[in-house]
Amino acid sequence: MCLAIPALIKSIEDKEADVEIGGITRRISLWLTPEAKVGDYALVHTGYAINILDQEEGEETLRLLREIAKAEE
Amino acid sequence: MKFITEFRQSELAEGLISQIHRKSKTPVRFMEFCGGHTVTIFRYGIRQLLPETIEMVSGPGCPVCVTANADLDKAIALSRMPDIIITTFGDMIKVPGSYSSLQKAKADGADVRMVYSTMDALKIAEENHDKSVVFLGIGFETTAPTIAASVLQAEERGIKNYYVLSMHKLCPPVIRTLLDSGEVKLHGLICPGHVSTVIGSHPWEFIARDYGIPCVVSGFEPLDVLQCVAMLVEQVENGESKVEIAYRRGVRPEGNQEALKLIGQTFKPCPTEWRGIGNVPDSGLKLKNKYQSFDAELAFDIDPGPTYEPAGCICGDILRGVKTPADCNLFGKACTPENPVGPCMVSSEGSCSAYYLYGGNLEG
Repeated sequence: MCLAIPALIKSIEDKEADVEIGGITRRISLWLTPEAKVGDYALVHTGYAINILDQEEGEETLRLLREIAKAEE
Repeated sequence: MKFITEFRQSELAEGLISQIHRKSKTPVRFMEFCGGHTVTIFRYGIRQLLPETIEMVSGPGCPVCVTANADLDKAIALSRMPDIIITTFGDMIKVPGSYSSLQKAKADGADVRMVYSTMDALKIAEENHDKSVVFLGIGFETTAPTIAASVLQAEERGIKNYYVLSMHKLCPPVIRTLLDSGEVKLHGLICPGHVSTVIGSHPWEFIARDYGIPCVVSGFEPLDVLQCVAMLVEQVENGESKVEIAYRRGVRPEGNQEALKLIGQTFKPCPTEWRGIGNVPDSGLKLKNKYQSFDAELAFDIDPGPTYEPAGCICGDILRGVKTPADCNLFGKACTPENPVGPCMVSSEGSCSAYYLYGGNLEG
């Protein structure tokens, strides 16, 4: 029910955006994320962006997980 | 896909599993509150990958499952009234109430439409001026701002035939109720990821502070959940209880301020009934007086009649984490996803559905 999918914002028009999710284009609402920009990854829940993903934090988490995997080898 | 497949890499999972096995010494019980996490845990066989020291229990974090029969009956009764179009997320359609379901009402001629978003419901309202379009507002803090936005859009666009039947539920108050009951003893809580995207991590602090239970907010990919378990183990073994975020790409400590603003603008907290848990103060949302013209409860004289619970169904106990689907006599026999008796078998995120689809040889 609280499912939300990362989607790349391709274009923005007023309070709506076209996003790409796995090769499919969809229109979503930006009512909850007025800060959204083209090129951002929106977290899309029931047709609304509920947040903009922090790409740097995502990379940082992966870097940490690679470190753990290396240490546990 | 970016931010999805990267968080499913098996070699990184192996590192986390090895760390968890190495560090976990104390026998613990962790609860995943959210049904989305239950699905990840079952789909990827995470319970089977954890050491014997860690017991996982599923919590009540499935909005469809915790919707009380009285509310379902209200929605079904409303669908049978003249000139009403019910719009709803798909999971609600098959859930049985006391006497019927929206699916059965639809078969009998009620106009019940499944929508992906409240934006679709607003469009249906604009295209059907002679009908009243009611959206069934279910969901936690993740979904509530999208319903709030729909009310504000209806006002902005002058849509007068759009209504919301608000059955929203708020997560922190029900966790307090569960912990106060003392029925289930927890040593760690996997906090819901997308609820926290909206409310942030601060609202969980009372759990770490007042109950001494470590809390970690998790995302929904297998690496997210494993990282979260590893962080909970770390806290347990260090004798700490604090709130941490494993899902940093999706959750900020302060949440989404815009979404919180829209909820605060349109809704006010109210007591509400949870299946299996009872009435929980300030755990529901009701439209504020300014927006009461959109409130389906006030606009229509709904008479659902008395409520009954299905005989033999233990969904309520399962939602409180005190029983598992394996304890239910109906599970897999009288109650299956094709012919569900209780909501935990209907919803794709329900514990019974997850056990049925992926449970395999799990006993409890």
